[in-house]
Amino acid sequence: MSIGLITLIVLGLAVLGFILGRQRALSAVKGDPRTLHSLPGYYGWSVFLFTAVPALLLLVTWAFVQPIALNSHVSAMVPEADVASYGSTQLVMADVRRIADGLDAVARKAGLDEVGLEAMRADLTDMRGRLAEVGVALGSNVVPSVLDAAKEYRSLSGELRLAMSIAVLLAAVAGLLFALWRINPKQRARNLVEQFTLVLLAGCSLIAVATTFGIVFSLVIESVHFFKLYDFRDFFFSMTWNPQFRGGSDLGLWPLVWGTLYVSFIALLVSVPVGLMAAIYLSEYAGKKVRAFAKPAIEILAGIPTIVYGLFALITVGPFLRDWFAQPLGLGSSSSSVMTAGLVMGIMLIPFVSSLSDDIINAVPQSMRDGSFGLGATQSETVKQVILPAALPGIVGAILLAASRAIGETMIVVMGAGAAAKLDLNPFEAMTTVTVKIVSQLTGDTEFASPETLVAFALGLTLFCFTLALNVVALVIVRKYREQYE
Amino acid sequence: MTDATSQTGLPGAQPRKSLHAADARTRRRNASEARFRFFGAAAIAISILALIVLLTSVLGNGLSAFRQTFITMPVALDAKVLDKSGTGDIEVMKKVTTIGYAKVIEKALTAALAEKGIATDGLDAKQISGLLSQEAAASLRNQVLADPSMVGQTVDVKLLANGRVDGFFKGRVTMDSAKLDSNISPEQLELALKMREAGLMSVSFNSGFLFGGDASELRPEAAGLGVAILGSAYMMLIVLVLALPIGVAASIYLEEFAPKNKWTDLIEVNISNLAAVPSIVFGILGLAIFINFMGLPQSAPIVGGLVLTLMTLPTIIIATRAALKAVPPSIRDAALGIGASKMQAITHHVLPLAMPGILTGTIIGLAQALGETAPLLLIGMVAFVREFPGAPPEGFFDPASALPVQVYNFTQRADPAFVERASGAIIVLLVFLLLMNAVAILLRRRFERRW
Amino acid sequence: MNDMRIADRTVSTDTAKMTARGVQVYYGENHALKDVDIDILGGTVTAFIGPSGCGKSTFLRCLNRMNDTVAVARVLGEIKLDGEDIYDKAVDPVTLRARVGMVFQKPNPFPKSIYDNVAYGPKIHGLTKSKAELDQVVETSLKKAALWNEVKDRLHAPGTGLSGGQQQRLCIARAIATSPEVLLMDEPCSALDPIATAQVEELIDELRSQFSVVIVTHSMQQAARVSQRTAFFHLGNLVEYGETGQIFTNPQDPRTESYITGRIG
Repeated sequence: MSIGLITLIVLGLAVLGFILGRQRALSAVKGDPRTLHSLPGYYGWSVFLFTAVPALLLLVTWAFVQPIALNSHVSAMVPEADVASYGSTQLVMADVRRIADGLDAVARKAGLDEVGLEAMRADLTDMRGRLAEVGVALGSNVVPSVLDAAKEYRSLSGELRLAMSIAVLLAAVAGLLFALWRINPKQRARNLVEQFTLVLLAGCSLIAVATTFGIVFSLVIESVHFFKLYDFRDFFFSMTWNPQFRGGSDLGLWPLVWGTLYVSFIALLVSVPVGLMAAIYLSEYAGKKVRAFAKPAIEILAGIPTIVYGLFALITVGPFLRDWFAQPLGLGSSSSSVMTAGLVMGIMLIPFVSSLSDDIINAVPQSMRDGSFGLGATQSETVKQVILPAALPGIVGAILLAASRAIGETMIVVMGAGAAAKLDLNPFEAMTTVTVKIVSQLTGDTEFASPETLVAFALGLTLFCFTLALNVVALVIVRKYREQYE
Repeated sequence: MTDATSQTGLPGAQPRKSLHAADARTRRRNASEARFRFFGAAAIAISILALIVLLTSVLGNGLSAFRQTFITMPVALDAKVLDKSGTGDIEVMKKVTTIGYAKVIEKALTAALAEKGIATDGLDAKQISGLLSQEAAASLRNQVLADPSMVGQTVDVKLLANGRVDGFFKGRVTMDSAKLDSNISPEQLELALKMREAGLMSVSFNSGFLFGGDASELRPEAAGLGVAILGSAYMMLIVLVLALPIGVAASIYLEEFAPKNKWTDLIEVNISNLAAVPSIVFGILGLAIFINFMGLPQSAPIVGGLVLTLMTLPTIIIATRAALKAVPPSIRDAALGIGASKMQAITHHVLPLAMPGILTGTIIGLAQALGETAPLLLIGMVAFVREFPGAPPEGFFDPASALPVQVYNFTQRADPAFVERASGAIIVLLVFLLLMNAVAILLRRRFERRW
Repeated sequence: MNDMRIADRTVSTDTAKMTARGVQVYYGENHALKDVDIDILGGTVTAFIGPSGCGKSTFLRCLNRMNDTVAVARVLGEIKLDGEDIYDKAVDPVTLRARVGMVFQKPNPFPKSIYDNVAYGPKIHGLTKSKAELDQVVETSLKKAALWNEVKDRLHAPGTGLSGGQQQRLCIARAIATSPEVLLMDEPCSALDPIATAQVEELIDELRSQFSVVIVTHSMQQAARVSQRTAFFHLGNLVEYGETGQIFTNPQDPRTESYITGRIG
């Protein structure tokens, strides 16, 4: 049974439980709801919750735990020697899973039944060929122990799937019966349901924490793998980035960090003055009509996905800068460059800076403006000498947030900045960034356990720490600033 | 001028001048005021100009993707070639590959040209059939297999023209560029022009772009967005079903029930930080947890949907909390005052009043998720997928593409015809975003309440 | 030229410094002030009293065109400073406000140092030629505002760090640093405690020797204590205007009497 079907059945049972619970409560008091402690619906809800929630929780937990248990059991079946020929347990297990999936297709194609499948032997049958026929391409011939493991994996996962279905459905039925049995007119059903709901609500709020935990967990674990294979000193202190397919790569962080910072710097150089002036104009000068038109127009810029900006950089801005600036000035002939990516990213960040600054400028109390006007200051003097200094912490926070955006931005740099890792000052030169390399190292065809792939996790960890620090500082500054004006 | 005596006695007090005559300093200050104002207006102008250039660039490049060059001609579906058994048995007919159909088409094209009296001097049969897309044979085969009764008859068929011919009519390919092109020659283009005059070739609406699957590098004319649109729709469905209830539940807890202590403070800081974590980091999370650890399939909408759910949650939570906060406490007090429990006060009164705000926030979150690309690249959605995923829920586990990723895919291909496809795909994406935002604005307008 | 006339007027302290004739103010549709005629005398403290929403603050804000910063406000009629119409097209409100200063209800020091707060006006209007001169202006203004002794050792500490009463006196110092001719005060003591209020009131009395002071106040006692002339506003009308003593002891209009005896307001 598929997970979707089980979920539907459980939900069906829960709805049934709702109806039964409601009826049982009513019949217990001979149809007079006034003698019940709570409204009849609450009795129904209590059955619904007891049926659905434990069963679905069990389902989710099972879905998480089963692969771990299965992996450790099956990987133990492959002898050390065979693991060594693959390189790592992880790779063996990847093949085991693919063969196990392929076996189903092979069986269907050849019309084999379970027994026939069980009788297949790697040393007698051309497993690689047969698997390739059904679309499972393997790098090498199938090792007997791996085929056995795959068969075991296949049958075990089938059994576990069945066991899971039964366990989940049993849990649902047990919950239903238990809740039904507990119903009596004195039961405080409303309090029960509300307590239960509150726990559910609190649980949902923990998902955000779980996400952060998941991010940190996955980044750290794989980064540790990486640093086992690759010296951390070479990563943090090397000035060259030169991954090789056959090992012996230089994976120095600095060329990527340089590219990232250079692009972000240009982006901020574009977005901060324009965004800030736009915010000032909108909040201090613009008449109703201009505001009604300009504000939504700028907000549209904010709603455009980054892939659109990426394409804009690729097909319009890049060639334009190359033909009108880089080539005439003799600065380069590449359409993807730091300038291209920085400029387009700057445009993307304009609405971000302007809407944050707008909030912050509006938080400066009117009395401050009155004080300045009352002394005979012009509007621009008021803005420059009173409002901006007063709003400075908030604006600094906004700029930090924008910087964190720029550093983490991916699509614009993937499509606009180029792929060459370089330490160069020429803005019309193609350079690369941390995010570009995360994408290219994880979408390439390298094997997963190699340092060339795992470096992406170390890069991700670097990126995460960097943006996290910027965000935290920015949030603290902005929060302090808001408290200052209540 | 008489000195209007300084009566205030402050140092720095200067002789008063008439209010009606501005002095040099005032003029200077006013000039600087005007300058500052101009910079502000210029910033607005730059932003709007950027928006206009961006949109014209995309529209200019992409609108042509919705029109395509087709060759319409009668094709004699020879039963001897296509149905060797003569029984109409579909299994037997499936044995005829596209090569067989290509021959049929080639014959039909020569015949059509001869009938219209178009000279084909200097062009061999291969060059003539080269005007057609390589996809043409496959599409004819699909048509025939869908309706075997066509075999033996002569039917009018509309077939895709080659991408270069299409580019020629759209101005992307010229006679000059064709001279240097190994895929097309100027003579072939001359022939295409004649065919258009004779009514054999025409440019019309390209439904295949919206509903067809992707096509390989060599057949840009056949590449469509169907799989990507369906994949994106599946993911949006997953995001909606998961993120909305979880987000609302979390917000209700944090806003209405949570005690103010260090723990809930931590959760709040956590949420505002998650909202600012780079999207690509969520992709790494998806790759490490959902694919490597849990063993979910690559390129599947379920993984994309889960990753996007986690990304969208903070947006929804922040919007929902703002909406809940906007409901005045007097409403809660009124409900509590007549003996409702806190949970009842919230579910019966606060939540319905906050609903427009919550839905607006959700739609905006969904719109963000729809345009998100980077995390999907990492979970394998960048793979080439031609086949449509099955019906949900099983289809959630089939390989699929997504609209923004399809754009990226198109840009990675060498043939310049894919630029038009990528821009066209962006137009589709923007239309969806526009619709979603319009709904959000309508909701806000219709139900917005000021307390 | 009318310079002679200006000189004539400024010599005598009893002639009108500012004159208003037929002033109407509209906030959008709302007719907030109806047909006000008044003469503000030089060297005098004039108090505007009346119940909330009677238009006294509105009128005060007309005197240095602060209403210009409110988009929906419209001012009709004629207000003259030394015989010159301040609503004339040629008048730059910026220069007007340098001559008609204002102190607000809530102390609103800028988030700058005490020194920079006071120096702000002279700097933007270019009143001083050197740093030494500016120092001198700051010191004199702070002394006139009776704040010098309390802050002379920490001129570069932020102005927001002062107590409420000190902040308000800082705002007064800031306003007089541009050496205005008229000083408008919009309920300057309403946010202050009694001791700070007493200090500010004392200060107002001293300021009279150099400026015309116009003060809007809620408190009749305050008006009686600090002002020589009092105007009573009610529902947008100027009801009665005269010597403070006469208004409080022998009001001509029954509405004034009701307000003073506490029956309306």
